[in-house]
Amino acid sequence: MDGAESEPIVEMRGVHKWFDEFHVLRDINLTVGRGEKVVICGPSGSGKSTLIRCINRLEEHHEGEIVVDGTPLTSDVRHIEAARRVVGIVFQSFNLFPHLSVLENLTIGPVLTQREPRGEAERRGLELLERVRIADQWRKFPGQLSGGQQQRVAIARALMLRPKIMLFDEPTSALDPEMISEVLEVMAELARDGMTMICVTHEMGFARKVADLMVFMDDGEIVEAAPPDVFFGTPQNERTKAFLSQILH
Amino acid sequence: MSAHLSQSGIPRRAQTLPDLWFSLGFRALAYQILVIGAVVAGAVWLIGNAQDALARLGISTGFSFLHERAGFDIGETPIAFRSTDSFLRAYAVGFLNTIKVSAAGIFLATLIGVLIGLARLSSNALIRALASSYIELFRNTPQLLQLIFWYALITRLPVPQQAYSVWDAAFISNRGLILPWPIDAETVARVLLAVAIGFVCVVTLRIWANSHHRRTGRHVATDTAGTALLIIAPLAVWAASGAPTAFSVPELRGFNFAGGLTISPEFLALMLALALYIAAFIAEIVRSGIRSVPSAQLEAARAIGLRPWHRYSRIVLPQALRVMIPPATAQYVSLIKNSSLGVAIGYPELFNINNSIITLSGRAVEAIAIMMAIYLSISLVVGLLMTLYNRSVRIVER
Amino acid sequence: MAPLISHAVPVHSPRRARPIKAMPWLTWIRKRLFGGPWDALLTALAIWAIAVTLPRFVEWAFLEAAWSSHDPDACREAAGACWAVITEKHRVMLFGTFPYDQHWRAATAIAIMLGMMAVSAFHHLWSCRLAVAWLLAIAAVLALMLGGAFGLSPIGTHQWGGLPLTLMLFIGTVVGGVPAGILLALGRRSSLPAIGAVSIGFIEIVRGVPLIAILFMASLMIPLFMPEGVSVDKVLRAQIAMILFFAAYAAEVVRGGLAAIPRQQFEAADAIGLTYWQAHSRIILPQALAIALPALMNDIVRAFKNTTFVSIIGLFDMLRATSTALQDPRWTLFAPEAYLFLAALYFVFCSAMSAYARRIERGLPDGGRDGRS
Repeated sequence: MDGAESEPIVEMRGVHKWFDEFHVLRDINLTVGRGEKVVICGPSGSGKSTLIRCINRLEEHHEGEIVVDGTPLTSDVRHIEAARRVVGIVFQSFNLFPHLSVLENLTIGPVLTQREPRGEAERRGLELLERVRIADQWRKFPGQLSGGQQQRVAIARALMLRPKIMLFDEPTSALDPEMISEVLEVMAELARDGMTMICVTHEMGFARKVADLMVFMDDGEIVEAAPPDVFFGTPQNERTKAFLSQILH
Repeated sequence: MSAHLSQSGIPRRAQTLPDLWFSLGFRALAYQILVIGAVVAGAVWLIGNAQDALARLGISTGFSFLHERAGFDIGETPIAFRSTDSFLRAYAVGFLNTIKVSAAGIFLATLIGVLIGLARLSSNALIRALASSYIELFRNTPQLLQLIFWYALITRLPVPQQAYSVWDAAFISNRGLILPWPIDAETVARVLLAVAIGFVCVVTLRIWANSHHRRTGRHVATDTAGTALLIIAPLAVWAASGAPTAFSVPELRGFNFAGGLTISPEFLALMLALALYIAAFIAEIVRSGIRSVPSAQLEAARAIGLRPWHRYSRIVLPQALRVMIPPATAQYVSLIKNSSLGVAIGYPELFNINNSIITLSGRAVEAIAIMMAIYLSISLVVGLLMTLYNRSVRIVER
Repeated sequence: MAPLISHAVPVHSPRRARPIKAMPWLTWIRKRLFGGPWDALLTALAIWAIAVTLPRFVEWAFLEAAWSSHDPDACREAAGACWAVITEKHRVMLFGTFPYDQHWRAATAIAIMLGMMAVSAFHHLWSCRLAVAWLLAIAAVLALMLGGAFGLSPIGTHQWGGLPLTLMLFIGTVVGGVPAGILLALGRRSSLPAIGAVSIGFIEIVRGVPLIAILFMASLMIPLFMPEGVSVDKVLRAQIAMILFFAAYAAEVVRGGLAAIPRQQFEAADAIGLTYWQAHSRIILPQALAIALPALMNDIVRAFKNTTFVSIIGLFDMLRATSTALQDPRWTLFAPEAYLFLAALYFVFCSAMSAYARRIERGLPDGGRDGRS
């Protein structure tokens, strides 16, 4: 039992990826432990989103290995499905289904794929909506909600699948400033409850409080990785220092 | 001073004519009066000329001619018609023939169009190329030319005695397509009517269910009701009519076939010309409709574990349909109007019959008015239905 | 506290090129044509379908066809297509009932019209000089086709036919219909209710009925509505009908373009003191037309195809000319070949115009926004 829990939940070794001729991920080596939170930051175009999207096979890596919860990610459909079952993702632009109500957005996955009885799925859905503090909007449609509300629904939707890992791809970048904190609060609570989280974000205040490991990426490669106090206190690499001075002025 | 004071105490002087000219409201009124005056004057002049001309030709006006004896025969008659029947009944026949060929055309066009549209989206390069060729070919040739071509082809098929056959039960020759058909025509009519009524009910039901979904966020399952209305009810009608299963298989007797259902060369050519042409446009509509759904939706669907079938049927298709329905409806209306091309090959649809009526009754103006009114009504009704349906499914926003 | 398991290793790996797979074309075939069991099945089906139909078509159309002969019997003996019907009848198909010895006039008219259309395709050549050139070209074409001046024998419009007639009707429809459509679109958006009502009424009625009905109505009713003694030429009646039909559809397209112009543009024009017509002609319409251009090109291509409809009211456009030519009992069996040739002709014109339309769409400065904002 101890052995399993000390096994990392995500391992990326020597991962390379190209977009046509552009070398977007260069020799990525990243390990994430269970229940730990990793925050990836860096300038735009550095490949951060691509990296985490490779973890649930929304992008396909060309060289190297990715192992998710013991399953290696290959072109084998069964492996991909197994990986997707344990990984939840929250997108920058929420990506809720506009033609379905909030509750239906949550229940459609479990009902159709895991054949969960609708009543059971709705009960769980309402619980999760309660957890992200939006339960009273269950019958509304995404178009009727604010950005912050939609993103919280998106988080609940990802949690419906009982994932072991939650990926966050710049979850607050598309939000108006006054709605950012409500989403970050939900994410912080999730972190406190012990979820393994890999976040791409510019919110350094949140990162400092929540992260176990800070990773700085630039130009497709990992430049520096350290726990937050080291990362923010004594960054080693010049590029890291430059980036931090820009972000934290 | 007895100057008129407005409520604010500022003296007002009386409005003079130049003031009137510069006032926007007056100008607007003046323009409109001018335009209406011009239109009315023009109409009066035109109608005056027309009345003179008609008087010179000795033709009277009015709609009473509709009850007069038609005096001509019609080749294809969904309802019984003889030359002694009234012009009004002739109009009914023409209208029904238009609806018949249009319905068949719309059904075929949708089927082919959807298949080709999906093929255009396929990752298979060969299938994509074939689909594109179809679309380019049929979109870049005139519909009337296609019609004349199909008709020329069909009328140059071998005579019935040397007809091509499918399993010795269906035959195609220069006299048309002959299929085996149930003998009990009344039951067939009743079943078809049940299907038509069922279709209308299903559409109404879906409009109601969609509105309910928009209001309450709850989805109402209409699948069972839909199946019941479209499949079980007509089956019940068939069973209640004694469940006839006897088919009449066409047999060659002398120079032609007897029995079965004959689809005339005119109907066949017109249906093909309408369907194959519009299918190319439907294919493009399907393609752009599906592509209009952002790929992010597909990603989200993948991320929550939906299987490909569900991704497309529950996420992509509902959103794509909303985009597809308005232009598709426009194409359907266009198809119905273009059924009037049947006049070129002698299919007795509305326009063709109208011509005969004009020739035999001399009432050109009234007849044209009636014909245009019927086409206008069809366009408006179809447009209205589409608006209703689309309004019931529109994405809910603040 | 448990030791941290998460870690990342910063590795500096130089940029390199994507690894190329051996035999990329094999991979392409495997992925694009046989990507999955579904794909493989479809490809197999498609190949089978092509293998069954293509050889037979090639046989019929080329290998066993009779290409030129003035004897229809030779055609009957040939198992394949009879293209001889085209060599035999192409004059009638292309020129209709135009007098045989005057065909050079019709051919010149065709050349002028095609030439002007080709020149107008180059956007940077648009200028006042081009407009003048068009006027001269139209005058020249009319002079050639009508005759009665410059020593050319007069030819009645009832003898016009074939490609010249198709092109003239097409050009007339576009030249007359686009301005009319713009006016209708403006009228429909007008804040003056009477003008709006008249415009909407006209647009809805014309769009709600078939083109044949409009042609027929014009053909039959224009003489009826004219005072005694005034007769309107049949070709002119058809032209008017086609212009009206085109204008109603163009109006909706232009209206879409106008609707996409933000209100600020109108307000800004008002603020600097422009009148309605000045604002529209210099600021609003150029933008609206640029947005509406792709959809308008669709309508224009459709107008070309719609010229065939005049055959139903008795004008001898290419389609009717061909049908009439094929009433010759010796050649009537080979009608499909003649119609295929005609279809190829239309296909060349229409696909050229569609391709041109797609090029404009891509080359527009704002990327060719459609009418929806």
